[in-house]
Amino acid sequence: MNGGGAGPTAVLVVAVGVLVSCGVRLLLERSLTRILLGIVLLGNGVNLLIMMGGRSGGAPVVGTGPVDRMSDPLPQAMVLTSIVITFGLTAFLLAVAYRSWYLTGDDEVPDDVEDRQIVRRAERDEVATADLGGEGPGADPEQVDPEPARRRLRRGDGVA
Amino acid sequence: MSRLLPLPVVVPLLGAALTLVLGRWPRLQRAISVTGLSTTLVVAAVLLVQAYRHGPVVLAVGAWPPPVGIVLVADQLAALMLVVSSAVTLCVLLYSIGQRQAEIGENAPVTIYHPTYLVLTAGVTNAFLAGDLFNLFVAFEILLAASFVLITLGGTEVRIRTGSTYVVVSILSSMVFLAAVGLVYAATGTLNMAQLAQRLDALPEGVRLALQVALLLAFGVKAAVFPLSAWLPDSYPTAPAPVTAVFAGLLTKVGVYAVIRTETLLFPGGQVSRLLMVVAGLTMLVGILGAVAQSDMKRLFSFTLVSHIGYMIFGVALSTVAGLAGAIFYVVHHITIQTTLFLVAGLVELRAGSTDLRRLGGLARMAPLLGVLFFVPAMNLAGVPPFSGFLGKLGLLQAGVTAGGALPLALVAAGTLTSLLTLYVASRVWNIAFWREPRLATEEPAVRLPATMVGATVALIVLGLALTVAAGPLFDVTADAATDLRDRTPYIRAVFPGGTP
Repeated sequence: MNGGGAGPTAVLVVAVGVLVSCGVRLLLERSLTRILLGIVLLGNGVNLLIMMGGRSGGAPVVGTGPVDRMSDPLPQAMVLTSIVITFGLTAFLLAVAYRSWYLTGDDEVPDDVEDRQIVRRAERDEVATADLGGEGPGADPEQVDPEPARRRLRRGDGVA
Repeated sequence: MSRLLPLPVVVPLLGAALTLVLGRWPRLQRAISVTGLSTTLVVAAVLLVQAYRHGPVVLAVGAWPPPVGIVLVADQLAALMLVVSSAVTLCVLLYSIGQRQAEIGENAPVTIYHPTYLVLTAGVTNAFLAGDLFNLFVAFEILLAASFVLITLGGTEVRIRTGSTYVVVSILSSMVFLAAVGLVYAATGTLNMAQLAQRLDALPEGVRLALQVALLLAFGVKAAVFPLSAWLPDSYPTAPAPVTAVFAGLLTKVGVYAVIRTETLLFPGGQVSRLLMVVAGLTMLVGILGAVAQSDMKRLFSFTLVSHIGYMIFGVALSTVAGLAGAIFYVVHHITIQTTLFLVAGLVELRAGSTDLRRLGGLARMAPLLGVLFFVPAMNLAGVPPFSGFLGKLGLLQAGVTAGGALPLALVAAGTLTSLLTLYVASRVWNIAFWREPRLATEEPAVRLPATMVGATVALIVLGLALTVAAGPLFDVTADAATDLRDRTPYIRAVFPGGTP
């Protein structure tokens, strides 16, 4: 840290950049454990960023030195609060990851319901159910629906 | 009078501590929760009257004067939100008490429910009362931490799957918010909102814009505004019905409230109003088109929830008094109605064993009361006259037409289309679940619907109808609140009676 008044050191700026970028990279993973590590890194990066917001200097205790050479105590108080909060949330996420591993054998975040439905339909070459208002073609003997047209395979699509 | 101000936060927190200690005595637990939330409601009503008659109520916590200590502020907007949120949380609490008595097996009562629910309420009320940006952050964290526990309640496989998405997205938005708070402090040297209002004005244009966008990004995730809304329909529907209801009603609206504060008190002038309008229009259309394609009631309502957030953002983006007044009215209306619809979905699930439209049918014949309970809020949401949904939409569309210009008019068109599509969605659910021939899933009632649950739902519907009847006076209050928000001076003068330091 440099003396009172001047801006933040380059080391601090680089540290924030590295922490945040590593955090973001890990957040893009699918495994909850890695996401958790990403959140820890990201949280620490943001905490350091807050530290840079205040003036650096001596201990902010009245009577230990001139007031204008003291560091700004407010960001430190905020960082303490946010460290506690990040700690709590990390613990909770760890519990969720453990529970997920306990229930399913891994801690991967699966695709959501819609995505899986769309993939299933695409595989079967089905149209989405348009409206469920009627009784459906099966319930009405007068209504005869043609079978959905099968997708014509292009030559070279590889019928194994 | 200002001594009452901490009560909406402190009472639920104390109640949470008590109910946690008294976990073994469910009856005592219930009594404490109900008493606590009723107290909050009464205090909130008193605060609203006070704020309407005599201007914002301010309390410096611990008697530290404002720029040093933190302040709690209840202006008309905050007090109004406080009243509505306390009324809704109380009704949902009563509903969940009824549900707890009815349910067995996998959904067996959990002792942690009451403490967590009260902590959530404390977080919501604190967010409305916060007069300091960091305090707002802490309030968000309180309500998020409680919501994490509630959404993964019971720890079943489905809830853990959807809960993990919700937890990660929420933490990420909190990080963005925290970084924005740090940057705001670095740029201005204060976090008191009244003081910020002055100091932010003095900043260079670019810095101001960057800070504004950073804050809006964080609040946009919480409010589920379109490009940031994909997490919501996937995570809400799997939670227990009362939890989904209170999340849908309140959590997104806390985000909208924060957006309103940012856009009026901190960054007036509408630098990003065009961006907000585009985003609002997309939220409306994409959300409602999502709802059209759904076949499960809870997921469908989650999409209408996202869609109607667009109306509120539209009102904020107009940044005229009429637009803001309409947006605030719409927030009040939407909290009540969306919560009611999720409660009704819970009742349908209890009665018919499912909320999947493919397995429902003939409910109107088998459970006529349930039909009425669904029909009234659904038509209200769709904006059929004379309900409050119609009045709210009319107010917003009028404000849009008055503002003029291509973009607002395009949004008026999008709003009208969304309203029609909402009507389509609502009548589709009505036709399938209530009107057509009974299906297998709906024939045998699993249990009789408990009177407490039905009573709580009826109470919320009555509240929704009361909004319609009392729309005139309510519009007076919201217009007054909007004027104060646009002026900014009442808020700042209330926090710093002797001028800003």
